[in-house]
Amino acid sequence: METLLSVRDVTKHFGGFTALSGVSLEIGRGERFGLIGPNGSGKTTLINCISGALRNDSGSIAFAGEEVSTLPAYQRTRRGIARSFQIPRPFTSMSVLENLIVPLEYVQHRGSLHTADTRSEALEILRMMGLADKAETPSNQLTQIELRKLELARAMAARPRLLISDESMAGLSGNEVEEVLAILRTLNESGITIIMIEHIMQAVMRFSQRVVCLVAGQIICQGTPEQIVQNPEVQRAYLGA
Amino acid sequence: MKFWISCAVAMFAAVALGATLKNEYYFFAGYTVLMFIVLATAWNILGGYAGYVNFGTPAFFGLGAYTAAVLFKAYELPLALQILAAAAMSGLLGLGAGLLTLRLRGIFFAIATIALVVIMETLFINWRYAGGATGLQLLRPPVTPPFDSYIKMLFVVMAGMAVASVAIARYIETSWIGRGLRAIRDSEEAAEASGVPTLKLKVFACTISGALMGAAGAPMPMYLSFIEPASTFNLNYAIGALASPMIGGTAHYLGPVIGAILLSSLQQLVTVTISNEVNVLVVGVMLVVFVVAAPDGILGLLRKVRWKRS
Repeated sequence: METLLSVRDVTKHFGGFTALSGVSLEIGRGERFGLIGPNGSGKTTLINCISGALRNDSGSIAFAGEEVSTLPAYQRTRRGIARSFQIPRPFTSMSVLENLIVPLEYVQHRGSLHTADTRSEALEILRMMGLADKAETPSNQLTQIELRKLELARAMAARPRLLISDESMAGLSGNEVEEVLAILRTLNESGITIIMIEHIMQAVMRFSQRVVCLVAGQIICQGTPEQIVQNPEVQRAYLGA
Repeated sequence: MKFWISCAVAMFAAVALGATLKNEYYFFAGYTVLMFIVLATAWNILGGYAGYVNFGTPAFFGLGAYTAAVLFKAYELPLALQILAAAAMSGLLGLGAGLLTLRLRGIFFAIATIALVVIMETLFINWRYAGGATGLQLLRPPVTPPFDSYIKMLFVVMAGMAVASVAIARYIETSWIGRGLRAIRDSEEAAEASGVPTLKLKVFACTISGALMGAAGAPMPMYLSFIEPASTFNLNYAIGALASPMIGGTAHYLGPVIGAILLSSLQQLVTVTISNEVNVLVVGVMLVVFVVAAPDGILGLLRKVRWKRS
């Protein structure tokens, strides 16, 4: 499989605390990749480093063969790395539709603002996410599941090649989890590589082709979901020994 | 279209007033109101749209005023060129200060902008050529026809600048730039993740905002025939520029206009009828009342009322 994202020896400190130490990953084009680990293990720090919200202290991050670790976040988004936020961060002064127009204008159509029909494109994405009837709703009036979907929809509006879903299912009911899983699967079928960070084990294990487990800023094992579940170190990290 | 007709009507009204009204006081007072429309509109571009509260209005305003005064003293430049030069200088200050300070967020940015005012004031107190601490007396040049008095001319010029600044704010607000700025105000991380170059946009807003404030300051030395640092870099400009959008509403380009008209007219009225000290109190009281009763300003209040009726 062709490599889309290659993380090599990435380290990140916060003062004296080492959040990531020497993390290396290879993610192939079109892959469904799961990232698990107990609270505080560095999952969100890792994707913050990949998406550019944080700069890694050392190591390299290459996306589609290009070194991106020194680029600001918006440049990485324009190159095809999109993310959702663990705690939804909608643009609260805007309608749901307008939330999507921001990335459409700033990523996809920044050279063709006058000719582009961003509205209908945004509506198209909302339809796919099952949010079409909420298009004109102010985004501060959404329910939890709708907020999660909006996070994904806005990330999709950046037309990514790699979508990082940071706990998109946290706090959702069983049916809602199924709904989000179905959306992510459809996106993956359309060719988008997906990194899923999740605490709901059953969801990650069903979704991912390959899973990495992060503990205290280090990768303790990687493999297929079956291998991960059987790995004694993972069991120790999660259940204690 | 409706907007441009309103602009033309406003300009026509200003000129018509200049041609008919005889009492020059009205133009003195009107000039101040118009100047605060420009300052409030300029402030709102960074403070309202992007949510970066700027206390540095006097720095930009004062630099504009001093640029005009110094150029007049040195070369007797005509007013139009003074205004353009003032806008350029204050725009540059906005660019420089923006690059240095806009990485700071929230309260830290606000503190940095206060420091900017102190720096500028100190600079001009110590510049002998610009009059130092004692100030600079300036003789107005003869008025250019068709105007029959200098103050009327300044009034019409300021009306032109008010219309121009509202048009600029409106363009920014309704374009992709305004959407980017609002995204920054709502969540800077999410904006950046949506491809918005947040630092560039903030610096752009700071530059435009600074340039407009500088332009608003440029006619001030001619208005007073005098300039000195303490009143030019007065924090009251910062408060007026900030309070007007808060009172009118920060989300729409009309908010600062409504707020400035209301606040400055009231201040002028109070200054004349009661005292100059009470006029400062008025701003404080109005600001408190609006922050408590109508946090989204007059426009926000109207929207709420209309929303309840429908």
